[in-house]
Amino acid sequence: MTRIASSHLTAHERARWAARGGLPRSVPAPLLPPALIAVAFLLLPLAGLVIRAPWRHLAAALSGSDATQALVLSLWTATVTTGVSLLIGVPLAWVLARTSFPGQRLLRALVTLPLVLPPVVGGVALLLAFSRVGFVGRYLDYWFGLTIPFTPLAVIMAETFVAMPFLIITVEGALRSADQGFEEAAATLGAKRMTVFLRVTLPLVAPSLGAGAVLCWARALGEFGATITFAGSFPGQTETMPIAVYYALETDPEAAIALSLVLLLVSIVVLVSLRDRWLRGGSVQ
Amino acid sequence: MTPGGSDGLVVDAEVRRGSFTLAVTLAAAAGQVLGLLGPNGAGKSTLLSAVAGLTPVSAGRITLAGQVMDDADAETFVEAARRPVGFVFQNYRLFPYMTVAENVAFSPRARGMGRRAARSAASHWLDRLGLAELADRKPGQLSGGQAQRVALARALAGEPALLLLDEPLSALDAGTRLDVQAELHRHLADFAGPCLLVTHDPLEALVLADQLVVIEAGRIVQEGTPAQVARQPATDYVAKLVGLNLYTGRADGSQVALTGGGSFVITDDGLRGEVLVAVRPSAIVLSTLPPQASSARNTWPAKITGLTMLADRVRLDLDGQPPALVDVTPAAVAELSLSPGSHVWLAVKATELEVYTRAGTQPA
Repeated sequence: MTRIASSHLTAHERARWAARGGLPRSVPAPLLPPALIAVAFLLLPLAGLVIRAPWRHLAAALSGSDATQALVLSLWTATVTTGVSLLIGVPLAWVLARTSFPGQRLLRALVTLPLVLPPVVGGVALLLAFSRVGFVGRYLDYWFGLTIPFTPLAVIMAETFVAMPFLIITVEGALRSADQGFEEAAATLGAKRMTVFLRVTLPLVAPSLGAGAVLCWARALGEFGATITFAGSFPGQTETMPIAVYYALETDPEAAIALSLVLLLVSIVVLVSLRDRWLRGGSVQ
Repeated sequence: MTPGGSDGLVVDAEVRRGSFTLAVTLAAAAGQVLGLLGPNGAGKSTLLSAVAGLTPVSAGRITLAGQVMDDADAETFVEAARRPVGFVFQNYRLFPYMTVAENVAFSPRARGMGRRAARSAASHWLDRLGLAELADRKPGQLSGGQAQRVALARALAGEPALLLLDEPLSALDAGTRLDVQAELHRHLADFAGPCLLVTHDPLEALVLADQLVVIEAGRIVQEGTPAQVARQPATDYVAKLVGLNLYTGRADGSQVALTGGGSFVITDDGLRGEVLVAVRPSAIVLSTLPPQASSARNTWPAKITGLTMLADRVRLDLDGQPPALVDVTPAAVAELSLSPGSHVWLAVKATELEVYTRAGTQPA
């Protein structure tokens, strides 16, 4: 018999492997360099941001009137966007999850289109619809004297257009997989359909509702393309944080870095709050 | 109170689900516990679902206390939420995010009671079912027996006119099952309206039900009191459940020619034509030699095909004309060296044979 090659396996490695089961998990050599390059590519810029941050006068950089205004505007528009999305997006999620009608699949595809649509295109579309000469906007202007573009309302509309689908698909998935036995039980206990929705369905999907809202809020906070296209960038009016960062980079790089740090921090908080759902990836409990 | 009287439930309906059709006619009077017995997939749960208003009937109608709940011809339908029905589901379906007290208060609240009144109604039912101490627990912190009682309290708190129980004890382990069963028996006795109880446990049916309906493949195959059904099963399914040998055949005086071959001598009660013959496995005597000068009128050779250890005896599976299940003691198995393949003789006295017609059963 030819000699069979053996390799080194310590007691510690043996114990870990045995506890885990399955095939060995040492990385095949050719996969390691590209994986390391990917890690470096993703993390180095963030590290640079942290290293280059003007830690000593961070507060001063952030309290410049433009930066504060942008921060405040971003926070409240993202929050209103999330509220609006909950109010109109959750009912739509229910309709998509629980009813069937001709064209439902097409509607679902269209509703989730903003997930993949370049946000600038969304901004252009909103402008075409709601500008003073747009096919909806002209009547709003004519009847109510309401002009939407380049106002905080436009910011909220742009953010809702881009962020609400995240909430809708999250909640729709939860509604699909929720055990409808509880809803049947509620019906036999005398609950009318709206009571079933409010007291049984919503509590059952509460975790997904929370996750969807956080996701929606984070997406709204980071919105740039649709906002700058539809709402412009008037400081205090429509200049949100991402837009402020973009302009500050030319005039006041320290403020830009400080604002970026704030957004990075918010993103980390969002990631931590969603860790149960997202960071586990495909692992089985 | 006659079934279908002023307080009763009357079902005369068909429910179609894909290729499966449930077609039943039954009635349950106020205060009566009607057991629905049948194998999995027979349509028992579908029937409960239709009575509760979770599935519409495809034909026919369901009335409760004289009021139409569902009528396919008249195209009227009462929504589940408006039916005065209490439903105890197989896995209880307690709302996991509510406390026990909130679960029990759900129905009074949903049926229009104020928050405070609903809470006191709930505490009344919690007291009545001995659950007061568990009021603040979540369903996840309950044992199986406790969850079962909470589910019953939740169903009763809506003051239903009809109670539906879908295999209420099947989720319990054998240890607690008997206790919970005795308790459930008490509460069912207190309930004034009709009650439908789905089960596939014959003991549960015998203890809890006043009247039994056996459903197989969407049809009622037998109706009667639990004692009747247990003594004179109409189908192989019921015979197996209650542990009897069941044969079909043609009676002619004191002789029954069995459908599968072989014949029995019976006591002549004047039965003629199609009959069923039921025999207890312990009533059949087994010997290794042909019995001679025996008082048993029926003797036949058979071959052992299988042995199963039961609690205190051994059940033998025998192939012959006719085949039979026979119970013997473990000692007999050892002394007679019985094993699969052994050739033996079976004997049974004519008086041990329960011979009857398919009365009380509906043609399939």
